[in-house]
Parts: sequence; C-alpha cells; structure tokens
Amino acid sequence: MSSETIQHRHLPDRLDKPLSAALRSWETLLAVVAVAIFIFNSFASPHFLNAWTLSDMTFNFTEKAIIALPMALLIIAGEIDLSVAAILALSSTLMGFAMQFGLGTPALVCVGIIVGLICGAFNGALVTGLGLPSIVVTIGTMSLFRGLAFIILGDQVYKNYPDGFEYFGQGYVAWVISFELVLFLAFAALFGFLLHFTTFGRRLYFIGRNPVSAQFSGVNVKRMKFILFCLTGVMSGVASVLLTSRLGSTRPSIAQGFELEAITMVVLGGVAITGGAGSILGVVLAALIMGLVTFGFGLLNVPGIVMSIFVGMLLIAVIALPILWKRFVWVLKK
Amino acid sequence: MKLSIKALAIASVAFGLMATGAQAENLKVGLLVKSLGNGFFDAAHKGADNAAKELGDTEVIYTGPTKATAEGQIEIINSLIDQKVGCIAISANDPDAVVPALKKAMDRGIKVISWDSGVNEKGRLLHLNPSDTGLIGETIIKLAADYLPDGGEVAILSAASTAANQNSWIDAAKKVLPEKFPKIKLVDVVYGDDDSAKSTDVAKGLLKAHPNLKAIIAPTTVGVVAAAQVVTDAGLIGKVNVTGLALPSEFKKFIDNGASQAVALWNPIDLGYSATQLCHDLTVGKAEAKPGAELSIGKVGKIKLDDHNTAAMAPPFQFDKKNIEEFSKIY
Repeated sequence: MSSETIQHRHLPDRLDKPLSAALRSWETLLAVVAVAIFIFNSFASPHFLNAWTLSDMTFNFTEKAIIALPMALLIIAGEIDLSVAAILALSSTLMGFAMQFGLGTPALVCVGIIVGLICGAFNGALVTGLGLPSIVVTIGTMSLFRGLAFIILGDQVYKNYPDGFEYFGQGYVAWVISFELVLFLAFAALFGFLLHFTTFGRRLYFIGRNPVSAQFSGVNVKRMKFILFCLTGVMSGVASVLLTSRLGSTRPSIAQGFELEAITMVVLGGVAITGGAGSILGVVLAALIMGLVTFGFGLLNVPGIVMSIFVGMLLIAVIALPILWKRFVWVLKK
Repeated sequence: MKLSIKALAIASVAFGLMATGAQAENLKVGLLVKSLGNGFFDAAHKGADNAAKELGDTEVIYTGPTKATAEGQIEIINSLIDQKVGCIAISANDPDAVVPALKKAMDRGIKVISWDSGVNEKGRLLHLNPSDTGLIGETIIKLAADYLPDGGEVAILSAASTAANQNSWIDAAKKVLPEKFPKIKLVDVVYGDDDSAKSTDVAKGLLKAHPNLKAIIAPTTVGVVAAAQVVTDAGLIGKVNVTGLALPSEFKKFIDNGASQAVALWNPIDLGYSATQLCHDLTVGKAEAKPGAELSIGKVGKIKLDDHNTAAMAPPFQFDKKNIEEFSKIY
C-alpha cells in the first residue's frame, strides 16, 4: 500500500495540486465512510453483525463489481461501455442455448466468456475501427445484444443447468466465504496490479489525459482501447456465468440496469468520469459501500426507492465535492 | 487505512459478543410483492395486517423491489433470511430465478409460500391462487341468477374465442347450469376480442337478437365495461343486468347508475389475509403442506391442496352498491 502512495507522489495523476491532493486521500475517505456505514448498520439492526448476514451481503455487489473493474480501466482511458448488462444477458442466453445441446459445465463457462469476448470485440472494433464515440456505440449495442437475447428466447426460460454449474453463484469456498467473493477479490488484485504496476496501466492514464499526445509518444491508443473493450466483454461474460448460476435460470430480462450500478461504483470509487484518474482500491471500496448501504437498508426494510435516492445523492456529492474543494482552495489563496 | 483496520478489529470483537443474544419475539412474516407502489399489493398488505392483528403474535414486513425484477426480489429474500423471519410469502416476478434464493431460505428453516404469482414447485411449500376455474364459472352465473328469481335468458360476452382462460370458465359455467341454476337459459356466447369497439358492437347485436334478454355476463374486464355502456346508452337500465368480472375502479359508475347490480373479481385484501394466516400456521406447526391437506385460512374459510401443493382461495369476490365505493379506491 505504501509503495503505491509513493508512486502517486512521483507520478501524479493530475497536475493541478489541490485536486490531486483531494483525490489522493479519496480512498481514505471511502474507507472511513465504509467503516461508518458498517458501524451504523451494526447499531441499527441486531441482525447485521452475523457471519452469514455479511456473507449474504456480498452477493448484492460481487457481480456488478466484477464488471466495474474493467469499466474503471475503460473510463480512465476516456471511454465507456453501457452495453455490459446486455452482454451479460446475451451471454447468459447463449449459455442456455448451448446447454440444450448437452454441453457440460466447463464448456458452458467457455461459451459465456467467449460470447462476452466477441461482444466486447465488436464494441471495440466499432469504436477504434470507425472512430465512433463509445457512448453512442454502446447505447446501440445495448439494445442490439439484449434484442438478440429476446429474439432467441422470447418469453421463454432456460433452466435445469447441469450439475455443478450452480457452484459459481451459490457455492462457498470455505465456511461463509463465497466463491463469488473470492473470485472478485482475485480479479481486483489482478486489475489493481495491471493498472498500478505495469506500463500498460500507466499508459491508460496517459491516454485518458491526452490521447493525441499519447499517440504521438508512441502509444498504440487504438489497440489499447480495443483490448480494454475486449476485457470488459470478457468480464461481463464472467459476471454472466456467476449470475446465471445464482439464478439457476435465464430470461432475456436478466441483469436489467446493471450497467448503471457498475458505473456508479466506478465513479463513486473516485475514477474521473472525464478519464485520466482513479484507482482500483477506490472502486473496490465503492463496491463495498454500495453493498453495505443497500443491504443495511434492506435489513431495516427501507423501501428501495429511498435507497436509490441515497445512492443518487452520494454520487452527486462525490462528483461535486472535488469541484467545490477546488473552488474553496482557490478562494483561500486569493 | 489504519483507522479502518482498527474499526474492523473492534467490529469483529463486537461480532463475537452479539452472536449470543437470541430472543423470542413476534413471529415475522415477510410479505414480498412484485414491486412497491402498486394498489393491488397495497390492498394485500392491508389484509395481511388484519390477519396479523387477529393472530396477535404475528408481525408483517411488507416489502418489494422498486422495479419488478427477480434480482431485486432476491436481494430482499436474502435480507429477509438474515432478519430471521419465520415465513416468506412471495408474489414472484419470475417463477424460476427466485427458486435458488428461496431454497436457501428453506434450508435455513424459513417457511416459504407463494401467492398470486406463483413460484416453481421446488422453491415453495405451497401456492395460493386467488381462485380457480370451477369457482369462477359458477360465480359468473350466480351473479346473474341472484337477481333473476324467476329465471330468464342470459348471454355471455367473452374475450377472444381462443382465450384459454375465458373458455375454461365458460365451460365450467355451462356445467353448473342444469343442476344449480335450472331456470337460467344461456342463449348465446359472443366474442368481443377484449377490444372496446368490437365488444360494443357484439353487445348491441346481442340486444337486437334476443329481445327477452335479462342479463349479459362478460367474464372479461374490457367486455363488461363495453356491455354496461351499451345497456346504459340503449336506455335498458333495469331491463338488462350486466355482470361478470370487472375492476371496481373502472366499473363503479355502472353500479352507481344501475346498469349492473353486481360484478366480481379476486379480492387482494383476502389474498394478503389468507397468505398471512397460512404463513403463521405453517411456521408454528399447526399446519403442514402436503398434497390433499386441508388448511384453514381464518375467516376466509378453508383451502385444499392439490397434487402440486396448489390451492384456490375462494370464489371471486362480489362488488355491489354496498362496497364498490371502498374497493374502487384500491384497484
């Protein structure tokens, strides 16, 4: 952890100092918020501090958080993918389709991930090949991928997945530690390493800050963005395996609205929506906060709409805070 | 970071302390609906609360997702499990996707039933339907016969001729006619395709073809409104009685103007009440869900489980001058 902080000091994500200072402490702030919500929940509900409750809580965010990891990289590089939930739905539908031909669990997992990869590559090709804005492309493919799922499945359902398939979304590695949670933490470590400790990751900040100068500095911007879209597709495929396994069935309406929740985690995690700044630790903490808030409120039977309002306000606060802070510092300087 | 580690340490100590305090409280019933903000389910909640009041030791947790999705319901099922409710009564958004979560609930000792919109057999102990074919068929004839002491000609205005629901109700109605309502003569069955304009035309045709017609029975919410409008416009109020299955909110004006004496539909209040009664009895061990079992649902009566542990609550609930005002505000 300390080596990462030092790196930040030597290579700041942003050149405007007061803001970068605020961002550097962002993860600390998130951790404090997470702990505060944790303590609040413990007092508010007598059922919260229980190993199984905490384990059940993780299911509220793991699949979305697994999508949020590559999404963070994509947004840092200045792009976005709104089609992730639709990729998840199409990949789940094609897994169900493949199952009808008697494919076993390992083959189905491969199908799910490969469909994700193909969808991601399609997004990437449209964005980098034709130079279209990613927000437009992925709004289009969002309808396209889910539409395909609806054409294949209609109002029908795929169920009775083979034995062993339910492990991914319902299994436990040990005691209350679910497979989903372990997988998420492993991927978080992997993406953290990729973003913060490799030249690939370092270049993403460069691309997000200034794609033109990155291009002229010898960074293959298009290829890197293409890889990121593929990565996002693959991870959506992984999330699809988990969610399909957890539900034990597929309908084309699966995972409706997941894309916005994944993006919320990324932005709440301190990733600049304009690109060029952010960390994986922030995203992981933001996912945890979202889980703590939704599940804590759920235990108190707070209606979902109140939760949405709370998360919405949190998000606005997150985006407004650095700007207000900058103005505040500017006023002080004068 | 240091702060969070410290807090986690404190929390984990607290965690050990808290785990000991178990308490015998009220029996909690989670009434989980498709989505919040729906009048039908709010009415069911009212019924559930009535049942809880009657039972005394029961507390209802009325909950549901903001959007009607299976994923949203699963998050709530998990939270109900961890609140250690005694029973979950669900009207499901998806009969299959909620099954693993409900199975987990049952594994942890929670009774699960479905009502209104059912769950696959593996995910619940029993399912409570608002009504069934035989009861609906009998009710629609009874609605007309109650106001025809001397008998007379009646006709049915249905939805599409291919509508499976309506056809099975009409078949059931034809079956009960000769033995239970010998004075009622069914002279015609016509189809309005659940289309207002077409239903209006065929209703007009009925009146022309059968001048002695005493009642039009429309077991469809679209047809019944169209027929009542036709009778009103033709000045036949008092001569031809329109009845059938109708939404109280849509149909109130025709009860008020006398074009109809009474209509019927499922009663969400009774449904919530019965689900809560069943939940209570299953949880305290007073009842067991197995094929053929007869279970009490309090003041609403009794249900009998079939081979799939499914049961029908009651005949459709009748709305007339006395209660249409109240129910038209609900749904």
